[in-house]
Amino acid sequence: MTHAMKTGSLTFDTVESGTGLDAALAGTGAEVLRTIKSSGLRGRGGAGFPTSLKWKLAAEAEGDRKYVVCNADEGEPGTFKDRVILADHADLIFEGMTIAAWVIGARYGIVYLRAEYTYLRPHLEAVLARQREQKLLGENISGKKGFSFDIQIRMGAGSYVCGEETALIESLEGQRGEPRNRPPVPIDTGYLDHPTIVNNVETFAWVVCIMAKGAKWFSSFGTEKSTGHKLFSVSGDCDRPGVYEFPLGISVAELLDEVGGQEAKAVQVGGAAGLCVPESQFDRTIAYEDIPTGGSIIVFGPDRDMLDVAENFLEFFIDESCGQCTPCREGVPKLLEGVNMLKRGECSMAYLEELCSLGETLQLASKCGLGQMAPNAFLSIVEHFQDEILGRTAG
Amino acid sequence: MLEDIRSELGDTTRAPASQRTRTAEVLKRARESHKPVEVTIDGNTIEVPFGATILDAAQQLGIRIPTLCYHEDLCLAGVCRVCVVEIEGQRTLQAACSYPITVPIKVQTHSPKVRRARRHIIDLLLGSHYGECYTCSRNNYCELQRLAAEYGVDCFRFGHLSEPRFEIDQSSHALVRDMNKCVLCRRCIRTCIDLQEVGVLEAIGRGNRTKIATFMDKPLAEVICINCGQCINRCPTGALRANDPTDEVWQAIDNPKKHVVIQTAPSPRAAIGECFGLEPGHAVTFEMNTALRRCGFDRIFDTNFAADLTIIEEGAELLMRLKRALVDKDESVALPQFTSCSPGWVKYIEHFYPEYLDHVSSAKSPQQMFGAVIKTYYAQLNGLDPKDIVTVALMPCSAKKFECNRPEMCASGHKDIDFGLTTRELAKMIREAGIDLLGMPKSDFDDPFGTATGSGVIFGTTGGVMEAAIRTVVELVTGHKGEDLFEHAEVIPVRGFEGVRYAELPIADVGPVPELVAHLFDDWDWLKGVTLKMGVCHGTANAKKVMEDIKSGGKFSQCHFIEFMACPGGCLGGGGQPGPTSPEIRAARAKAIYAEDRAYTVRKSHENPAIVQLYKQFLTDGPCGQKSHHLLHTHYMARGKYIE
Repeated sequence: MTHAMKTGSLTFDTVESGTGLDAALAGTGAEVLRTIKSSGLRGRGGAGFPTSLKWKLAAEAEGDRKYVVCNADEGEPGTFKDRVILADHADLIFEGMTIAAWVIGARYGIVYLRAEYTYLRPHLEAVLARQREQKLLGENISGKKGFSFDIQIRMGAGSYVCGEETALIESLEGQRGEPRNRPPVPIDTGYLDHPTIVNNVETFAWVVCIMAKGAKWFSSFGTEKSTGHKLFSVSGDCDRPGVYEFPLGISVAELLDEVGGQEAKAVQVGGAAGLCVPESQFDRTIAYEDIPTGGSIIVFGPDRDMLDVAENFLEFFIDESCGQCTPCREGVPKLLEGVNMLKRGECSMAYLEELCSLGETLQLASKCGLGQMAPNAFLSIVEHFQDEILGRTAG
Repeated sequence: MLEDIRSELGDTTRAPASQRTRTAEVLKRARESHKPVEVTIDGNTIEVPFGATILDAAQQLGIRIPTLCYHEDLCLAGVCRVCVVEIEGQRTLQAACSYPITVPIKVQTHSPKVRRARRHIIDLLLGSHYGECYTCSRNNYCELQRLAAEYGVDCFRFGHLSEPRFEIDQSSHALVRDMNKCVLCRRCIRTCIDLQEVGVLEAIGRGNRTKIATFMDKPLAEVICINCGQCINRCPTGALRANDPTDEVWQAIDNPKKHVVIQTAPSPRAAIGECFGLEPGHAVTFEMNTALRRCGFDRIFDTNFAADLTIIEEGAELLMRLKRALVDKDESVALPQFTSCSPGWVKYIEHFYPEYLDHVSSAKSPQQMFGAVIKTYYAQLNGLDPKDIVTVALMPCSAKKFECNRPEMCASGHKDIDFGLTTRELAKMIREAGIDLLGMPKSDFDDPFGTATGSGVIFGTTGGVMEAAIRTVVELVTGHKGEDLFEHAEVIPVRGFEGVRYAELPIADVGPVPELVAHLFDDWDWLKGVTLKMGVCHGTANAKKVMEDIKSGGKFSQCHFIEFMACPGGCLGGGGQPGPTSPEIRAARAKAIYAEDRAYTVRKSHENPAIVQLYKQFLTDGPCGQKSHHLLHTHYMARGKYIE
């Protein structure tokens, strides 16, 4: 069994299992919410929704049955940090879910595990069994009367879009994994129509750290709007690819220094759905207020053909689009055709403008985040690498 | 005397959660506790109930927002994105059809962003839609074509397919699927899974390889399609159509050696006017007769005659079952008896509840009874060789095309019905012949089956078969005139559009046994004091509810007789009817049908003189006798729902 390379030690290595839960159970759910709120924690999956707000709304939602779902469908190209957490710190994930259950009043938790991570399942089941033995899961958790919560693991089937929370819920319900219309949102109408919170693996782990070490400790890192540390999966043309922990607010240039990617001509931040940042903008920071990311950093060296990059991402989205809405289903292939025309030097400026306008429509009119993000890489490459992509000749 | 108990099973069924709008249930609850919300659309402000969609609000304001995947009968999808609008303060555009208004919002329906996005979406849809409009069955009433015209599409901005991508599936007798024309709006899926709960169609593949397919992408004839054709009625393009036999029908008409007979069902006459610009709800029965003659049909018969015949045979069968149960105490007798005139329903039960097939009346549907009578009795009467007779059935139905091709439907020694024609297809023939339907003089049906009753007419709407049966059975048994029991002999409690209905009819006193059934019964004393329990349902989703109730020993398991119709609204909402369809259109057609019933002087099947004559001259051993059993009754096939 091989894990992604982990560089340096992670905060998660320093938190003892059970300490976060103990701290949480010492107070009320509302107190936990206050702590998380003052820590400033935002969702580590990439969208950056304030965790305390999501939990608060779910806690207030009507319903006698609520669910805590852990999104372990890590599928963004270039992301592998959740795999490290699942392999080395599963106890923190489950503990974070239990704290969430305490806050929102849930009895059941589900880990939606990426199909490719099936090999981790026996390990995760073993951790769950141990936690049940230790009374960290099950009836009257940690001796807290009436607080019962348990977690089951459910397998994904290999679809990228199931990382989108409503598609994930559809998949959990045994349906074809396709995003739902919003509103309503899962916090009031989620799994089996019950209030449901869906959080990323890493978010749950950080909740435990915050409960154990305090909100102040957490918010002392990062920027004002993007507090704390975050894990990054770094790959591509750099000397030291691997999983890193950096404070949010780190600039692209600083990050490249750390990983030995100073030669890069561009960095894809946020995976296929993210932005392609050119060298001229390496002073930008990785934070929710500037360049948001779920943790994927792909470094492109000086010899990379940016049209190959665009082609690769667009092919990925064509494969992974669920196919229900028109802009995403029909529009992304048109962008790919455009890239191939550019490669052959057959794309007129007028048509390229038309395609960029189409890309904006995709961002505006697609049903879910996948379609809305799909043109991002294409648009940023066209914007920043005009010299490279225009004026090619066939062959 | 007739106790009306509306069913607790609910009006309409909604199927798998994934296909249902998430908003419906939550908002229903929320609506009770929330005040109306203010919404401003293009500068016009209106208050709407909490959770109303932007599309609802716009319709109230008289603002048109174009739609494609939206359909009134179906749950929301929000997939085509044609209806996107801009909401002030939101980054992305929202689909008006599926966005519920829960807080005051300001909406723009044609801002520059919206217009550009909409045009792009239409361009994209056209880019993957193969086919030329003038060779399409939906030319001139295609929703995609209309959108393109509305948005002034003057070129294929993102290209256009020059080669078909899919083979056309013509395997089914009833439906043709041409996925080259499919725009993936998924109305057919929602119709099949959600509205009808049959579930033959689902999306397979992802991205631009997504397509609508059957189980394992098998030909339609090999899966559990019940041929109801509801998907055709809701398809916005020419991707779904009925299997059209008009060329063969013309060929028969053009062949001087052939005697071409057409029978027309009640529902087409109440809807065909819509194909010629008439508002829904106007029957053109007698104009259509003239048009059919001018098309060249040799005889025009009214299917209502056969509907009356069905009532007699099915009613006699029901009384025989009741006698076996009540008098002989025979526990093996299958009750409740189910109607058998809807071929979509018959195939549904063959697939989904084959263990209940002995409950289905063995009486054939009116269409098939008529075919058998025409190729025997009528042939004899007119000295015709049945092999020279071509029987055409004008039906509101696509499943009838399958039914007439069932191998067991050859009681006359020939194919009892040669061709099933839909309302749409006849409209095409009438146009092709240059006939102005609405300007036609009126003319009657031909003898010897010219007289029909109102009971036959109402077969076209849900509850009609039950009402006709009640009229006849009550009179046969009690000796009282239906008019004495119900005002105008109208059995109101079984009427309406509730998905599932239940009614009770206590029989207080009985009369002498009429001659027509004297060979079957000595007296009716055993029915005295019995309360007849009846059920009515339409749409197979509702049929499923009733069947599940029966399975679990519920109220409907105690019924004596249940009417099942595969299509929502009954035959008037059939898969062969003109498009579009909506609850309002179906209600208008029902009104036309009930109006026609009132206009008949003879309104009960057993009073139909042509029926009386038929039993006297031809089916001499009476209803459910040996001869009628051979010609007018059939058997079914346990198909199951597993596909090999």
